Amino acid sequence: MPNILPFLKSLLSVPGLSGYETPVARLIEAEWRPLVDELSLSRLGSVHGFKLGSGTDPRPSVMLAAHMDAIGLMVSRVQDGFLRIVAVGGVDPRILPGQAVVVYATGGDDQIALPGVVLMPHTRLLPQGEGDGVVDMEHLFVDVGLLPSKVANLVRIGDLVSFGTEAVEMSGETVSGHSIDNRASVAALTFCLQELGSRSHTWDLWAAATVQEEINLIGAATSAFQLRPDLAIAIDTTFGKAPGVNDWQTFPLGNGPTLGHGPNIHPYLFKRFKELAERLEIPYATEIMPKSSGTDGMAMQVTAEGIPNFVMSIPIRYMHTPVEMAALKDIQRAGRLLAEFVASLEADFLNAISWED
Amino acid sequence: MPGTLPTIGNTQFKLLEKLCNACAVSGDEGEVRKMVLEEVKPYADEVKVDALGNVLVTKLGSGKNRPRVMLDAHMDEVGFILVSDDGDGLYGFQTVGGIDPRHLPGKPVLVGKEHLPGVIGMKPIHLANEDELKRKPSIDSLRIDLGPKGKAKPGDWASFATKFKHVGPSIMAKAIDDRIGVATLIELVKNAPANIDLLAAFTVQEEIGLRGAKVAAYAFEPDIAIAIDSTPAHDMPSHDGSESPFYNTKLGLGPAIYVYNFATIDDPRLVRFLKETAEAENIPYQIRQPGGGGTDAGAIQRTRAGVPVVSVSVPHRYTHSPISISRVDDWKNTLKLLHLALERITPNLFTGN
Amino acid sequence: MKQLIQNLTETFSPSGYEDAIRDLILAEIKPLADETRVDTLGNIIARKGEKTSNGQRVMVAAHMDEIGLIATHIDEAGFVRFTTIGIPFPRYLLGGRVRFASGVQGVIGSEKPDKKNEIPPVDGLFIDVGALNKKDCPVNVGDVAAFDRPFVEMGTRLVAKSLDNRAGVAVAIETMRRLGGGPNEVYFVFTVQEEVGVRGATVSAYGLDPQVGLAIDVTPAGDTPNSIRRDIALGKGPAIKIKDSQMLADPKVVAWMERAAEKAQISIQREVLTSGSTDARAIQLTRSGVPTGGLVLPCRYVHSPSEMMDYGDVENAVELLTAMLNGPIDLG
Repeated sequence: MPNILPFLKSLLSVPGLSGYETPVARLIEAEWRPLVDELSLSRLGSVHGFKLGSGTDPRPSVMLAAHMDAIGLMVSRVQDGFLRIVAVGGVDPRILPGQAVVVYATGGDDQIALPGVVLMPHTRLLPQGEGDGVVDMEHLFVDVGLLPSKVANLVRIGDLVSFGTEAVEMSGETVSGHSIDNRASVAALTFCLQELGSRSHTWDLWAAATVQEEINLIGAATSAFQLRPDLAIAIDTTFGKAPGVNDWQTFPLGNGPTLGHGPNIHPYLFKRFKELAERLEIPYATEIMPKSSGTDGMAMQVTAEGIPNFVMSIPIRYMHTPVEMAALKDIQRAGRLLAEFVASLEADFLNAISWED
Repeated sequence: MPGTLPTIGNTQFKLLEKLCNACAVSGDEGEVRKMVLEEVKPYADEVKVDALGNVLVTKLGSGKNRPRVMLDAHMDEVGFILVSDDGDGLYGFQTVGGIDPRHLPGKPVLVGKEHLPGVIGMKPIHLANEDELKRKPSIDSLRIDLGPKGKAKPGDWASFATKFKHVGPSIMAKAIDDRIGVATLIELVKNAPANIDLLAAFTVQEEIGLRGAKVAAYAFEPDIAIAIDSTPAHDMPSHDGSESPFYNTKLGLGPAIYVYNFATIDDPRLVRFLKETAEAENIPYQIRQPGGGGTDAGAIQRTRAGVPVVSVSVPHRYTHSPISISRVDDWKNTLKLLHLALERITPNLFTGN
Repeated sequence: MKQLIQNLTETFSPSGYEDAIRDLILAEIKPLADETRVDTLGNIIARKGEKTSNGQRVMVAAHMDEIGLIATHIDEAGFVRFTTIGIPFPRYLLGGRVRFASGVQGVIGSEKPDKKNEIPPVDGLFIDVGALNKKDCPVNVGDVAAFDRPFVEMGTRLVAKSLDNRAGVAVAIETMRRLGGGPNEVYFVFTVQEEVGVRGATVSAYGLDPQVGLAIDVTPAGDTPNSIRRDIALGKGPAIKIKDSQMLADPKVVAWMERAAEKAQISIQREVLTSGSTDARAIQLTRSGVPTGGLVLPCRYVHSPSEMMDYGDVENAVELLTAMLNGPIDLG
C-alpha cells in the first residue's frame, strides 16, 4: 500500500489560500505527473489530471474533485508597524488571539515570508464593552516583530497571512495541522490515482484539485463546466466527533469515510458506493445532508444540463482551526474506495443511473 | 390555430388530489415524477428525466418561426428528512425547505416510500414549565414517532400527512405549493396551442435554492419562460384591525402576476403582455406585492446568455404549513390566463409587430 | 466628461427598468464602437477593436442600473408603501425625494415621527406624492422610483445620486473614445441589474465568453470622520480590487493593472473590502472561468442621494484603463 503521509505533510506545509493556490498546485502537479496521462491547469488555476480509460470511443468520463485551497487571513491595513487583518474564507475569530502566522510580504523585490503573531489588544485599548467577550477581528492585529518603517516598506494591503502551525503526527496514526480541510482529500485523491496505476478502468477519469471552494465553489463550478464529465464526485472533509461535538452531524475518526445522502446526491450513486464499500469491507458511515452538502458537489451537480453527483467526506476534528486532525486510515480508505468505484464503472453504467424507480 | 381551452372538472380535481397527497420532498420527488410522467407521456413529442430528476417535456407546435416557450412548475414540497434513530420508533429529523417550527408540534406525518404513519408529539401542557410554554420549539428538541416498533431509517424523507379536501369554493391540502402549478402545467401540455414549442419543466429542488430549474433552463435554451407557482396570501385582519399594507396576495382576486421579488425582476414586457391578455379576455388578475421570496424564474432568467421571464401564481393561505387553502376560481383563472397568453405569443412579441 | 457624468446621473434607471439610461448610452457610444447590440436582458454590448494574434478578448463591465424603490401598496389615504430595489439604506431614504418613471415626484416620510433618534425600517417608511386619497394617487402597485437629486460640483469633488455607477459608465465611454488600434477585442458591456445580484453581467459574460474580465465600479471611502476602518481615500487615485466580500481578484489581473499604473505613472490604491461586491464576481464564474479584476472608484456616502467622488480619480481611471487596454495584455 502506498504511503501517503509524506505527501500529505508537504501539502500541509504550504499556504495556498483561496485565490492564491499556486504553491499547493505546484506540489500536486509534481505528485500527479507520473500518475496521469495529461496534466493541465484551468483558467482559474485548478489542476486537471486526465487518465485515459480502456473502453471504446466515445468513453464516458467521471470527475473526482477535491478542493486544494485553504482559509486564512489578508492584510487590510498597515498601521504603525501593526497589520490589520480580514478573513479569507470562514475563519473563526475565537482561534486567533496568540496564533502563530506567516505573512507573505510583497512590498520588496521578492515575496518574503515573515513569521508573526495575532495579538489581542489590552481591554483598555478596545471600545468599551468589547474587551469582555470574543474580540472582533477588526480589533486584532498581526505583529511581525519588525520596526514600523521596515514593515511599511515590506508589507502591502492585500498581502496574505497563513496559519503558522506545522503538521504533526499524533498518536493512533492521526495527523494535525492547518488546511487538513481539504488537503486530506487531495491526499485521498492522490492515493486513488496511485491505486489506479496498476488497474484498468473503462471510463476516462478527470482528477481535479479545485481552487476557491471556500469562497463560492468557483473552481468546481468552472472546472465541471470545462470538463463536462458524465459523473461528478466531490471529496471533502466533514465533522469528526470530539468533545461537545457528538450529534448526527459528526463521525468518529478512524472509522472510515462518510457517504453522502440527500438532495445533492444522486441516489443511485449512493447505493453503488454503499454496496461497493460493503463488498470490499471498507468501513463507512452514512452522512445525511438535508439541504445541501456545502461542498464542491453543490456546484458540480447544477453545472450546464446537470451532472449526477456524489459526495464522499473524511471526518476531521476542529474544522477551520489551525489544528485540524484526521486519521490516515480514513484518507487511505477514501482513496481506495474511489479507485474501486472508478475501476468498477461499466461501459453502460449511465444506462443504469435512471430515476425510474 | 387555437388549442382547446382547458377546463377544470372532475378529472382535474382528482389529479390535483393525487398530486397533493403524494409525498415529494426536495431531493425525493419520485412519487410526483411518476404521476407527471404517466400524465404527459401520451401528449408529448419528447419526455426526458435529467440528471437531477427534472421531467423535461417537449411539445412541438406547427408552422414556422415558433417561439420556444418554457413553462416551469416545481414538483418538490417542503418537508423533513430523518437524521437519527433514537430507538423505540423515535427519530430525530431536520426540515427541508423553509418550515416554521411552530407549525410542527402535534402534527401527523408520513414517512418514507411506504408512507408509514408518524406523529410529531409535544410535552403535555400539564408538565411543561412556563418557559417551555412560551418558547418557539427547536427542531432539535422534536421527534418523529412511528410507534415502538417503527421501521424507518435515517435518510428517509417525511411529509405532512394532510388529506386533500374540496370544500365549497376552496381546496384544503398540503403542498398546494406547487402541486397546483404542476396540475396546471399538465393541463397546458395536454392542450398546448400550436403557435409555440412548449417546453415544460417539472422541476426538482425549488424549495432548497431553485436548483432544478437552473439545469432545466440550460437544457431547453428557451426564448422566454414563465414560472407557474403558488404564492402566499396574508389577507387576514391585522391585530388591531387597521389597514394592512402587507398581504402579498388575496384569495379570490385571480392569478397573481409577479413584478419584482428578491430573486427576479420580471421582464416588464412580459408583465405588460400578461396584463393585456387578462384585460382583453376579461380574466381577473392581481399584481403580487413586490418583494419577498422568488420562484424558479430567478434561476431561469440567469441561464446562458439570459432569458426573459415572468411568474404567475395561484395564491394560497398558510404557506409551508400542514394545511394550505386556495380558491378554485383562482386556479381556473390562472389556467385560462396562461392558455390564452400562450396562444397570443408571436415571434415578434417584444417588437410589437 | 463632467457634462456626461451629469447627464448620466440625472437619468432615471433603477434595476430592471434601464430603458432611459440605455438610450442615453447608446446615443453616446454608437459613433465610438465598431459594433453595438442589446441582449435579451437589456445589457448593451459594444465592441471596440479586432483581436490580433497577440490580443485578447476582454470584457469591461460597467453597470448602468441604480438602486431604487418599488410601490407595494397604496393605502386608503393615498400614501405609497414600498420595498427596495437593491440596497438603499433607510437612513438615507428618510426625508429624501424620489421620482417615478411617470415623472410623479414624492417625499419619503416615516411612521412614528416622534421617535426622532430612531431610524425606522423600510416597512415603517412611505412615499407621499401629495395625493388626497387612494383614488387620487397616480402611483400603482409595481411602479418603480429612484432618487431625485441634481448633480453638483464642489471644488474637485463631484456630488450626485447614482455616481455608483454612472461614473464607472463615464469611465468606460471615455476610454472607448481614446482607445484605438490596440491588439485587443474589447467588449464594453453596460450591464443591467447589478444592484440586485449582478444578473446582467452573469448572462452577458456567458454570451461573450471573454478571456479576461474587468468590472468598473465604486468602492466606499474610509476618509470621513469616524468612518469605517479603510485605507481608501478620495483623490489618491483609482483603486485596484484585491478582495471583496464575494471574490478574490485574479492575482494575474492585479499584476497587469499594477504594471500598467506604474508604467503610466498613475497613483493607485489597493482595495480590500469586507462587504459588497461587483460584476467582476459574475464574470469570474462564467463558463470555464475567466481571470477577472476590478477597477474601482473611491466614493463617499455610497447608496445615498449625494454620493461624492474626486474628479481626478475618475480622470485617472480613464488614463489607467486606456493604458491597460491599448497594448498586449500579459497575464503570465
